[in-house]
Amino acid sequence: MKKNVLGLFLTAVLTGTAQAETVFVTLEKDNALAVVDPIAGKLIKTVNVGQRPRGIAISSDNKFLYVATSDDNTIRIIDAETLKETGKLPSGEDPETFALNPAGDRLYASNEDDSLVTVIDIAKKKAVKQIKVGVEPEGIATSPDSRWVVSASETTNMVHWIDTKTNAIVDNTLVDPRPRSLGFTADSQQLWVTSEMAGTLMILDVKTKQIIKTVKFEVQGVTADKIQPVGVVIDKDRKRGYVALGPANRVAVINAQTFEVERYLLVGQRVWNLAFSPDQKRLYTTNGTSNDISIIDLDNQKVTKSVGVGTYPWGVAVKP
Amino acid sequence: MNLLHYWRAMWGIIWRELWRFVTQRERFISALVRPLVWLFVFAAGFRAALGLAITPPYETYILYEVYITPGLIGMIQLFNGMQSSLSMVYDREMGSMRILMVCPLPRWFLLLSKLLAGTGVSILQAYAFLTIAWFYDIQAPWQGYLWVLPALMLVGLMLGALGLLLSSFIKQLENFAGVMNFVIFPMFFMSTALYPLWKIKESSALLYNLAQYNPFSQAVELIRFALYGQFNQATFIYTFVAFIVFMAAAIIGYNPSKGMMMKKGGA
Repeated sequence: MKKNVLGLFLTAVLTGTAQAETVFVTLEKDNALAVVDPIAGKLIKTVNVGQRPRGIAISSDNKFLYVATSDDNTIRIIDAETLKETGKLPSGEDPETFALNPAGDRLYASNEDDSLVTVIDIAKKKAVKQIKVGVEPEGIATSPDSRWVVSASETTNMVHWIDTKTNAIVDNTLVDPRPRSLGFTADSQQLWVTSEMAGTLMILDVKTKQIIKTVKFEVQGVTADKIQPVGVVIDKDRKRGYVALGPANRVAVINAQTFEVERYLLVGQRVWNLAFSPDQKRLYTTNGTSNDISIIDLDNQKVTKSVGVGTYPWGVAVKP
Repeated sequence: MNLLHYWRAMWGIIWRELWRFVTQRERFISALVRPLVWLFVFAAGFRAALGLAITPPYETYILYEVYITPGLIGMIQLFNGMQSSLSMVYDREMGSMRILMVCPLPRWFLLLSKLLAGTGVSILQAYAFLTIAWFYDIQAPWQGYLWVLPALMLVGLMLGALGLLLSSFIKQLENFAGVMNFVIFPMFFMSTALYPLWKIKESSALLYNLAQYNPFSQAVELIRFALYGQFNQATFIYTFVAFIVFMAAAIIGYNPSKGMMMKKGGA
């Protein structure tokens, strides 16, 4: 009997570990969503989603995908199992990126052309507020403690600190030119911001809202103009952070304690956005012009495979 | 004549070669420096030259250094094969060849032993190179380091057999420069050691064909796949057949009644 129970337990554990996560990638030019099995390293299928899909996120219960279809001026809600559309969110004009709050009931979308951040109540599918921010807002992030929404304006070169209770800007921080992407550390104490033009990563202290460290990227054999930092993610233990360097075709690995660049990993062309696997053992990158995603084994800090997905992969989200 | 005789003779030849290799520290260092210069200097200069295309056995984008590593291992074995042939000519000039050849064992067996000895040396060199490359962040999966051993043996034998064949043609040491110009360089440059086939095809269809059928290309690809834990049957067969052909020709070449020795008036 004991053996049987043990056997059942082992089977459950084994099938549990063998159960692969699914990676969803928006394909900007194909107007489609690619579904990838990252363990097998294979593209499973591609489904049409709407015009120019870019930003993508998964709901906190992992049941729905939110996809910003920029040219349709909407964010679509897609069932993560059936991949059928179940609804739309009023995102405002030309949504490119957006952020979900930790509770998963609010979505904050950047409207680049109108210099706005639209606050959306997901359950009601209603825009509850539009906040005026700097020119060309793009990167947006919510703090894990639900206190802040931060929007980066590419042309104003600022990050705007929005209080989630009042939905009003309470502070601004001037940063390096063309801030592209933002990421909070899991403890909500730091905000990491990438600057596309300066080729830098800035670490901001959330309490003081000041830059405490600027990291300059330099890749041997790559000219400085090609180093355009975009996507940034930090692991939950704040051991390492990862920055996609755009046309430098590299992902920078940064020690999140000392802020030293540990290494640069070669991935596909124009690497844009990044996402962790749920166990944070792998990192997925979208490579815009080589039309693939790269899979990075984080334990060994090695790129293990690149999988072709379709034209102009842009955003990436992972379902456990 | 029993097996023990064969064993003793073979071991004697292999031991002599290994001993010569170990004691000649300059030879060991120079054998390593050549591919390392290519790796650290040449590859650094051509970092971006490869362009972007993922070709098997690679599953993702690689730096040029990673690409040429199997080619440089091939280079080690190619030079080693030629060096063995050089030492055969030297032995012949010095007279030690005569001692070997009067040994009451079949000539093919002596040649094969000589070949195995040379291959053993080239494998030691290849692993020394791979160790340095590992610290230079050129790391294959660990299984690859085991799988590459049989590939290195076959490639070592094939290139060694080619060296033997050539040495049967060369009368004097001075003629070795010809081997350099007419064999080593064309074989090395017209191969996939430095650039992938698709890149060669972009510039010339003729070069592409020459590179494709060059046994050295096939040998390099065999090493490349093995280093990444994959067995490439086509390159294995090609390399194996090339070995048999070169070996048979070398045995004929060293046969005093039929081969080149006759034409040259003996060893």
